[in-house]
Amino acid sequence: MSTASVPLPNWITYGLMPLLNLLVAFFISGLVVWWIGEDPIAALKLLIEGSLGRGDAIGFTLFYATSFIFTGLSVAVAFHAGLFNIGSEGQAYLGGLGAALVALALDHYVPWYVTMPFAVIGAALFGAAWAFIPAWLQAKRGSHIVITTIMFNFIGAALMVYLLVNVLIVPGKMAPETRTFLPGGQLPKLDWLMAWFGLKLGPAPFNVSFLIALVMAFLVWVLIWRTKLGYEMRTLGISPSAAVYAGIPYGRTVIIAMLISGGLAGMMALNPVMGASARLQVEFVGGAGFVGIAVSLMGRSHPLGIVLAALLFGILYQGGADLSFEMPNITREMIVVIQGLVILFAGALEYMFRPAMVHLYQRLRRA
Amino acid sequence: MSQHPAIELVGIDKSFGAVHANKNINLKVEKGTIHGIIGENGAGKSTLMSIIYGFYQADRGEIRIDGKPLTIRDSQAAIAAGIGMVHQHFMLVENFTVLENIMLGAEGGQLLARGASGARRELKRLETDYGLDVDPDALIEDLPVGKQQRVEILKALYRSADILILDEPTGVLTPAEADHLFKVLKVLRDQGKTVILITHKLREIMAITDEVSVMRRGEMVATRKTADTTVEELAELMVGRRVLLRVEKGEAKPGEVRLSVKNLTVKDSRGVTMVDNVSFDVREGEIVGIAGVAGNGQSELLEAIAGIRKPAAGEILLDGQPIANADPARLRALGLAHIPEDRHHMGLVLKFSEYENAVLGYHRDSRYGQAGFLDLKAMQAEAVEKIAKYDIRPPNPLLKTANFSGGNQQKIVVAREIERDPRALIIGQPTRGVDIGAIEFIHRRIVDMRDAGKAVLLVSVELDEIRSLSDRILVMFAGKVVGEKTADAGEQTLGLMMAGIAA
Amino acid sequence: MKKTLLTLIAMAALSTTALAADIKPALVYGTGGKFDKSFNEAAFQGAEKYKKETGTDFRDFEPTSDTQGEQAIRNFASRGYNPVVAVSFAWTSAMEKVAAEFPDTKFVIVDSVVKLPNVRSVVFKEEEGSYLVGVLAGMASKSGKVGFIGGMDIPLIRKFACGYAQGAKAANPKIEVLQNMTGTTGAAWNDPVRGGELTKNQIDQGADVIYAAAGATGLGVLQTAADNKKLSIGVDSNQNHLHPGSVLTSMVKRVDLAVYNAYKDAAAGTFTGGIQANGVKEEGVGYALDDNNAKLITPDMKAAVEKAKADIISGAVKVHDYMSDNSCPM
Repeated sequence: MSTASVPLPNWITYGLMPLLNLLVAFFISGLVVWWIGEDPIAALKLLIEGSLGRGDAIGFTLFYATSFIFTGLSVAVAFHAGLFNIGSEGQAYLGGLGAALVALALDHYVPWYVTMPFAVIGAALFGAAWAFIPAWLQAKRGSHIVITTIMFNFIGAALMVYLLVNVLIVPGKMAPETRTFLPGGQLPKLDWLMAWFGLKLGPAPFNVSFLIALVMAFLVWVLIWRTKLGYEMRTLGISPSAAVYAGIPYGRTVIIAMLISGGLAGMMALNPVMGASARLQVEFVGGAGFVGIAVSLMGRSHPLGIVLAALLFGILYQGGADLSFEMPNITREMIVVIQGLVILFAGALEYMFRPAMVHLYQRLRRA
Repeated sequence: MSQHPAIELVGIDKSFGAVHANKNINLKVEKGTIHGIIGENGAGKSTLMSIIYGFYQADRGEIRIDGKPLTIRDSQAAIAAGIGMVHQHFMLVENFTVLENIMLGAEGGQLLARGASGARRELKRLETDYGLDVDPDALIEDLPVGKQQRVEILKALYRSADILILDEPTGVLTPAEADHLFKVLKVLRDQGKTVILITHKLREIMAITDEVSVMRRGEMVATRKTADTTVEELAELMVGRRVLLRVEKGEAKPGEVRLSVKNLTVKDSRGVTMVDNVSFDVREGEIVGIAGVAGNGQSELLEAIAGIRKPAAGEILLDGQPIANADPARLRALGLAHIPEDRHHMGLVLKFSEYENAVLGYHRDSRYGQAGFLDLKAMQAEAVEKIAKYDIRPPNPLLKTANFSGGNQQKIVVAREIERDPRALIIGQPTRGVDIGAIEFIHRRIVDMRDAGKAVLLVSVELDEIRSLSDRILVMFAGKVVGEKTADAGEQTLGLMMAGIAA
Repeated sequence: MKKTLLTLIAMAALSTTALAADIKPALVYGTGGKFDKSFNEAAFQGAEKYKKETGTDFRDFEPTSDTQGEQAIRNFASRGYNPVVAVSFAWTSAMEKVAAEFPDTKFVIVDSVVKLPNVRSVVFKEEEGSYLVGVLAGMASKSGKVGFIGGMDIPLIRKFACGYAQGAKAANPKIEVLQNMTGTTGAAWNDPVRGGELTKNQIDQGADVIYAAAGATGLGVLQTAADNKKLSIGVDSNQNHLHPGSVLTSMVKRVDLAVYNAYKDAAAGTFTGGIQANGVKEEGVGYALDDNNAKLITPDMKAAVEKAKADIISGAVKVHDYMSDNSCPM
């Protein structure tokens, strides 16, 4: 309490403290690794090499990061309006349907760059549509958005499985998935971008959606801090009573914020569906919607922070998989523990070091 | 026998980053006295009391209780040292009973029942000793504020407090309740307790304290025997310059009816009627004050006029046009400005920068940006102008609003609402938690609005404020307007009407 | 004498090393994870069996997502692992890509078909095995109602359900078959609590034999059936031992054999690509009979199920495969 009000320079708040939190998370993860009988330094090396050491490793890292940027932005936009959207997972799932329908409809006739804008719109529309009902229920009926969006994750999963198993499946095939899109329905890989840096992408599915994600991050920044709608969302998010005072319509703002949030979540589907597997599969979201919550939390709901946090999680995902591949003793559950520790220290315990920092900072200034 | 002071502070010093909140504070509070501490907002009173109560640690200096130096690490230690605190915002669990609240944190063992019977006995004794009668089984949420405050005092006494600190205790009380509180405090003093009273109301200091210490900008500038000082001297010590305690204003020149309320009934969210068939007019060029104890429907009345709360029945007219169903955005467009009662929850978004708050409610105006975008340059330029005109400090539009003092925050709201040149202005508690210097400034602005021919409706629980600003005074009690008086009505008369005793 | 012994030992050691050096086997599980008490675990046991017999160690990996699965298969191939076995249809597209990139590596995919010369696609006729346990269920049921609890609602599981229903009706034309799926997400494979609830529900509706084809969710089914003194049928591995006297039988699907055979064939140089359809005839699927359930299977039942088995092998009974036309005649 006593140190909460002391202002610290930004380089400490946004630079040093997250770094310290991250170091502690890695240190404790190291202890866990050591405890199961592996060499923590070697493990860290494997993690870093596996995620950043080679062209294809970077490609995979960025591929995962792309999905997390979308879902992180989705959570952040809703959060700015005071809404806790737990439904990015389901919205992304439905977004996949939007993207896939566009791809299936157009891939025979047009090249990818014609399909892409329609796919973006399709994915966003379907994601937004899936966010609309919880938003409407919150705005008009006061049903808590956390509950309804969780429920809609399940409904979305059921709907998608139904569609994939009964409607979209290729007859006679075992896997519930659509046919493979032709190149006209695929988003090309970013080999050229990697080549700029003298790296070879190899088989990694790092694709154009990454650029879309960066554009969206910028647009979200504009929306939140440079538009009147963003201003109203922030007012509502920080102080609902001030929003009432200021004549900001609650229902409308909630619904719009959720539509944007759902749209961003929906666009996440572009990455795995059109950028990687070139088909719509069951469960393709794979928890990216939930990771988005952690990413948004860690990125302080700021697009730049979200991009950085998404990169970190991309590193943890790709490096973690590589680590557990190279060190079979480190199971995938262990990787989840390490990811959890990072979330815990970098997100939830963000102020752990603040009191100590304040004391140190004051002492240094006095000296 | 030489008696030690009940509490003595020696060279207390405390900084928050660049803010030096307490500078080398020395203070002696004698046993069995009521000691007042006054000062403007941000003078460091609250910080000092928080240090005594263990919320903060002083950077330097010493606290001596009964002559013995003591380190107070937390509020537990303060309680152990016999210090009790009654906060401005009550620290009570609303859906617990009085007894449960008093026992909370001092349950006396694992078995609740045994502790409860002991607590009940002790409570009975305290009641009879100090005249603090409260039903131990009543739920806090059912009690009026005055009684809730009594529970806070009982809580402290139950923990054997010898030194009682009260932070702005009369802010929420009726004059009658305040009088009762003062009686209780006097009894406590006569029984040997020591009371420290923090307030910004000079009148209360004069009425009840034995000694008074004045703080200004983190320093303890003077300590006086109350009998040897005057209101004027104290005000000057607080502000550091001479201040006008009374607003100077000319005769009102009322014109046409601007704002008209007809048979208005407003219910709260639970369906309880808060405003009951109220009618009145406000003319251009006059200030109509609504006096009343907090909670008698004034807030709901203001909210209904401001479009925040839908009236259950009745009409509200602005320039003859019905506005009862208009939303706040539309009302602003029609020229109705609103300075809300609670700037922290309504008037401002504390996490916003100053310039962002300077457009709250008017943000859709095209002067702040076209096509849905915000023109930050235009917003900031305007904010800089208002900051200069209203002497808002620090003069930095990019600073987070929470980092401004209460008075400056209120000036941000006042500047925003007045500078739009509205036709009518409705104001709630314009100077709550505002320092004297800013009060003077805000009062001046309100009178200027009247003189510019605006219709002004003023709601305040500070009777002094109502009396010094208003041209006509309406008194509200239990949701009804129980009478109208002219500005020169006596305090006694108004006080009785506010208590619902005479109409 | 001593010298001879040493030589023998050395030779034996040499020969094993020589054999072991022949192949570097790898195994990629489905996203359900290694210890799912279901077919991932069966695959693991197949590999373990091979390891025990030959001393040849293997590497395995549990991917958590589609992309990781592809990466894992590729990683193994690029590091010289051969053969690489991937269990789960989820790796179909990954296998198509990676197997094309490494034509000299031998791959096996279980539960799906990849048409490449270096890929062996092992599929099972689950409908036939389910038919057999359906026959037993139909005969064991006293109430005339039997239950089926599937994991995630996908065609593969409907295939189980359809075969089961056909078998039950063959045994008792009037029988009623209750069907429930646990869920629509991957969590449906690992939700024993929900499995138990569904079982209770089916028991309340009158079912007295319940077949679980739901991965770890089935553990809850078996448990609940045992608690309520009803019969259950396990799946994939022989689960008769889990609740002796309550588990009527298990529909065994020999994923372990598929893995084991892949390694053995590769080591022996007899590895072949193409589709391996394992039905009752190939002993890839069947019903489990051991000491734990011997008392539950009456001689009549035994005779009936053996006849059904023979009929399937001879072609006299043709069990309809749900996935051939995405519909079930039942």
